[in-house]
Amino acid sequence: MHRFANPTRFLKLAAIIQPWVAGITLGLFAIGLYMAFFTAPPDYQQGESVRIMYVHVPSAWMGMFCYAAMAVASAVALVWKHPLADVAGKATAPVGAAFTFLALATGSLWGKPMWGTWWVWDARLTSMLILLFLYIGYMALQGAFDDRARGARASAILALVGVVNLPIIKFSVDWWNTLHQPASVIKMDGPSIHPDMLWPLLIMAVAFKTYYVWILLVRIRQELTANKVRILRLKQVHGG
Amino acid sequence: MDKFNELVKRDLSLAFRQGMDSLMVVAFFIIAVVLFPFGVGPEPNTLAKIAGGTIWVAALLSSMLSLERLFQTDYEDGSLELLALAPIPLEITVLAKVVAHWLTTGLPLIVTAPLLAVLMQMPTEGFIVLIAALLLGTPTLSLIGAVGAALILGSRRGGVLLSLLVLPLYIPILIFGVSAVDAAIFDQSVRPHLVFLGALLAGSMALTPWASAAALRQALE
Amino acid sequence: MSEFLAMGGYGAFVWPSYGLTAVIMVVLLIASLRGLKTTEAMFERLKAETGPIHDHSNVDNNNKTTAENADAHEA
Repeated sequence: MHRFANPTRFLKLAAIIQPWVAGITLGLFAIGLYMAFFTAPPDYQQGESVRIMYVHVPSAWMGMFCYAAMAVASAVALVWKHPLADVAGKATAPVGAAFTFLALATGSLWGKPMWGTWWVWDARLTSMLILLFLYIGYMALQGAFDDRARGARASAILALVGVVNLPIIKFSVDWWNTLHQPASVIKMDGPSIHPDMLWPLLIMAVAFKTYYVWILLVRIRQELTANKVRILRLKQVHGG
Repeated sequence: MDKFNELVKRDLSLAFRQGMDSLMVVAFFIIAVVLFPFGVGPEPNTLAKIAGGTIWVAALLSSMLSLERLFQTDYEDGSLELLALAPIPLEITVLAKVVAHWLTTGLPLIVTAPLLAVLMQMPTEGFIVLIAALLLGTPTLSLIGAVGAALILGSRRGGVLLSLLVLPLYIPILIFGVSAVDAAIFDQSVRPHLVFLGALLAGSMALTPWASAAALRQALE
Repeated sequence: MSEFLAMGGYGAFVWPSYGLTAVIMVVLLIASLRGLKTTEAMFERLKAETGPIHDHSNVDNNNKTTAENADAHEA
């Protein structure tokens, strides 16, 4: 059971996998970007601005995916006290926050020509904004303790509380949105999506995902090595 | 149940001995709402339009004021450890503390709310529903807040951190609380809004004590 | 080419979107890689330093045990 769990084994394995993941990520981005700009057609309604979708939608997906991944890692860390799950959750948070921020920023850049303003209290954007707050809270709590282990445990509990709350927040924001805003705005991901647009979108989404795996490997390796450094420091202080 | 009442009483008497807490919360609540006419102007129609939202936002912020100390004193003087070792499950202890917190902050807010509704020119149709919504919503605020209060025990920056953790989780309550009041004013059915508030209360009553207790246990580890 | 850059009039929105995405993703990547590199360097240095504390004859062997201990600790 602990074959995969052993951090030392993981470190070795990660060092081998990492260049492959990096290569796949770069390749997918090359194909995805080419398709997004050259093979994907402009939208009949939104024109060329629809190309923002190929970074906006994957960012939004990854923003949500990372939170789910963080919650799963937190649950594993709390229940089985698994050292890898602990660092995986910690390594995911900044990536998820970055994606969520990107979803908001590109959504705003897309919204300006579509809606005529930089920000509309659209249900999706609003939910993303709250998600960003949840990420910030998680990272703030994690860094707020002198004892690193306490920060890890407290933020793991917070991630679980957050993941239970997310559907409720999503639902309430949708509800609030329909109360206050008649559905007149152009939907950001049109009703039916043409295959010429779907393929670049999917490839970009996979590229974003492998990018996440890449970063995750690097950050987990960094965290595990940092743990070793701490242990060596303690040894030095206590004279071995 | 006796034990539960004892715990609530203990916390209440502690709160009263420290005194003024409830009064301060109420004073903050009033001041926070009173700021809005200065901000948007005293025009009655404008005020009436934002009355429900203002009162709810101010209630959210006020109920957070005393949260930080919910477990803090017990944590520092070590009595939390005794409570964790006591035969009563920690979840029940948490619930007792939440009840005490609600009695000392939520309830005074509800009592003050009609006065603020008058100041904010809220149409009278909204009054009853505002109180009903606050009755259903403020306990949920205390319940969720308790999780945050337990999580920040022993951290470096308590208060600000607590608001950062808890406020995003308060948003659903704010949404349904305000929409209930608005529905009453515009003569629509308030039932669905109140039902959701009730469901949120029931759900958080069932789930948050576990989370708070888990957070307390890891703080004591 | 300039037509491509204009993006049918939406260039001012399309390019900043891609630019911002690229900047943030690259910065995050470089920061993570650099963090790994400095931590690994620090680990190697400490490993070399910690070695002599144990009063054994073979330094290399000694280093290894310390590192292995460090590994064992987190498992």
